[in-house]
Amino acid sequence: MFAPGSAFWFARHEWRLAWRDWLAMMTAGRPERLRRVVIAIAIFVIFMHFVAYWTVGRDAQATPDKATLVAISASVLLSWFLMISQAMESTTRAFYSRSDLDLILSSPAAVEKIFAVRIATVALSMAMMALPLAGPFINVLIACGGWRWLGAYGLIVAMGVAATALAVGFTVALFRIIGPKRTRFVAQVVAAVIGAAFVIGLQVAAILSSGTLSRVSVLQSETALAHAPDIDSLIWWPARAALGDGWALSGVLALSFIVLAAVIVIVAPRFGEYAVRAAGVGGAPSGRVGRGGVFWPTSPRRALRRKEWTLLRRDPWLVSQTLMQMLYLIPPAVLMWRGFDNGQAAHHGGYTGAYQLLVPVLVMAAGQLAGGLAWLAISGEDAPDLVASAPVPPRFVVRAKIEAVLGVIAVVFAPLVAVLAWVSPWHALVTIGGIGIAAAASTSIQLWFRSQAKRSQFRRRQVSSRVATFAEAFSSIGWAATAAVAAVNLWLAIAPGLMAIAVVTGAWCMSPRPRHA
Amino acid sequence: MQHAVPAEPFALEVSGLVKRFDRPAVDGLDLTVRAGEFYALLGPNGAGKTTTLRMIAGLLRPDSGAVRVCGIDALEDPVAAKRVMAWISDEPMIYDKLTPQEYLEFVAGLWSIAPELAAPRAHGLLHWLDLLPHAHERCEGFSKGMRQKVALAGALIHEPRLIILDEPLTGLDAGSARQVKSVLRERVRAGGTIIMTTHILEVAERMADRIGVIAHGKLIAEGTLEELRLQAGKSLDKVLDKAAGASLEDTFLALVAEQAEAA
Repeated sequence: MFAPGSAFWFARHEWRLAWRDWLAMMTAGRPERLRRVVIAIAIFVIFMHFVAYWTVGRDAQATPDKATLVAISASVLLSWFLMISQAMESTTRAFYSRSDLDLILSSPAAVEKIFAVRIATVALSMAMMALPLAGPFINVLIACGGWRWLGAYGLIVAMGVAATALAVGFTVALFRIIGPKRTRFVAQVVAAVIGAAFVIGLQVAAILSSGTLSRVSVLQSETALAHAPDIDSLIWWPARAALGDGWALSGVLALSFIVLAAVIVIVAPRFGEYAVRAAGVGGAPSGRVGRGGVFWPTSPRRALRRKEWTLLRRDPWLVSQTLMQMLYLIPPAVLMWRGFDNGQAAHHGGYTGAYQLLVPVLVMAAGQLAGGLAWLAISGEDAPDLVASAPVPPRFVVRAKIEAVLGVIAVVFAPLVAVLAWVSPWHALVTIGGIGIAAAASTSIQLWFRSQAKRSQFRRRQVSSRVATFAEAFSSIGWAATAAVAAVNLWLAIAPGLMAIAVVTGAWCMSPRPRHA
Repeated sequence: MQHAVPAEPFALEVSGLVKRFDRPAVDGLDLTVRAGEFYALLGPNGAGKTTTLRMIAGLLRPDSGAVRVCGIDALEDPVAAKRVMAWISDEPMIYDKLTPQEYLEFVAGLWSIAPELAAPRAHGLLHWLDLLPHAHERCEGFSKGMRQKVALAGALIHEPRLIILDEPLTGLDAGSARQVKSVLRERVRAGGTIIMTTHILEVAERMADRIGVIAHGKLIAEGTLEELRLQAGKSLDKVLDKAAGASLEDTFLALVAEQAEAA
């Protein structure tokens, strides 16, 4: 259909790979599950339409006044930051994934053409990834407010394109400034920070201005509106594009495509060289040194725990993922710091409402973090044969790994809980209980659904088991809700607690080896 | 070869070992390896070599049969059996994010080796395997040969009485392969026992005291090269003028072909 070696031929190749990758991710590598996946997506999309109607249905008739432009711009910016984060992750993978780079770079094909297509594919996939989430909202706005909202779809394409251009430009700049060795780690951490930065920034601003975690309150405040640029400013063009302003949409689309084209023209010819340099990072001794060789008196259990902690600390993927989860703890920490600063007010109930909010946030974060760590420690083992051939019973190994995970959770959350205990002992007590149970539940779920994989395959976590992923998320939500209610009334917490137990029990029943747990 | 005299007469006794996956992988295998012996297990792809070794190492549970390691019932008391053996596969079992020194420290911890014993042993092994200059570098950038040497150092730090190696020389350059072979010879000289699978027949021919040939999950021939030649006698005569001068490769191929014909 397309001439071999042409840009379209490469594009078809890239899309085939991307499609199969996505399919494998969604079906966990079992094509027979495709029908179920399609049904699940359809149900999700229909459900999202209801959510959209409930949340934005009444805003469909919005006019481009300042408050509307601020609200839409904030949503656009939030989504765009997430897209940049995702695009950076994809670009880093394009540099460091060696699966087909050797083949591509050793072929006589025009390397710049291949990488131009690859960058364009990242841009397109960014837009495609946003559609299932944004689509229902746009559809509801179209249904309730008319065709002018169709422009929002165009805006999503422009956002994906611009996010990719920025991500590629930034990653390449990192490459040139700090070299291939550090770029991978720094880019992953920056991607995590960018993804969370906007939400966190807004929450921190809300706490400092109004003492709540509500982002809307700060965006719609009189101060924010007063300081926002005039409504005919170019800054509002993306928001205007979403509202159906044809000129704004054309301008935003044109600008994003021009930036991407410029990035492709500048970067694509050198992409091969960067990829080769990145590949060289894995081929030569890293030069990174560990601590000096001291053999301490130890037991197998302690040796296993110490090994897990060292590996967790040295895993760039995990560090970036954990950092992202930790970043979401910044707003609660700021909230506590303010309460701590106004300790008297807390004792008189001034901040009790805020602490009520903190309890589920901390419990939820602990559950999620424990799940991620547990998967890595229990399923991600680079030397399974070594551990299995060691003179220690298998349950001993698993127990040591669980201890390692719970140890990390304790270290991360202890300072926050300690501060909370100072200002509100009751909330701290509930939080400790919630964190312990949520972490134990997530760890158990990962234990029941464990499947051997290398640590480098961290991304496969989502593929390993859909049930485990959802069960872990719902369990964390359940325990967070239970803790939130328990902070107000212990007896009322029985109902959400039972629901959380039901989630965990359901996961146990569906696990491949429930009796071994 | 001058071997030290070990305490147990047999380092490994396997009898009636059976493992089925979708078909029998190991089918009633009997195998005995004397203490202080270098035993090479040969066989075509899919013959059941790796499955056999994994069952001996306690990495796979047999469907039936018995495995005794240095007199210990490995199925009854796997922890005690594991204490006296080490397993090395063709894919080095090391952690990219640990340094060789940290790796050895971890393995020493797993085998509960006292630090005052483990530290000098680690230093000696790293020195012996030319890894000392890289002792504090993370393994992530190491070549296959270096990784295999790190794994070998890990296997030796607890001074196992039985070392089980599955294709340990696959993918190694000549220098690394020679070092690994020399380390293995030293272990046997010191009284250790080695059972190893390999597709490099020259290695088996030069290093092994006895060779076992496995096909379709069964041990079809066993002995020194001379004894194997005798066992393969008729089949060898078909392809060679004189069976006496046959190489291990000729002998092995003749034995496997004979087995295939019989099957």
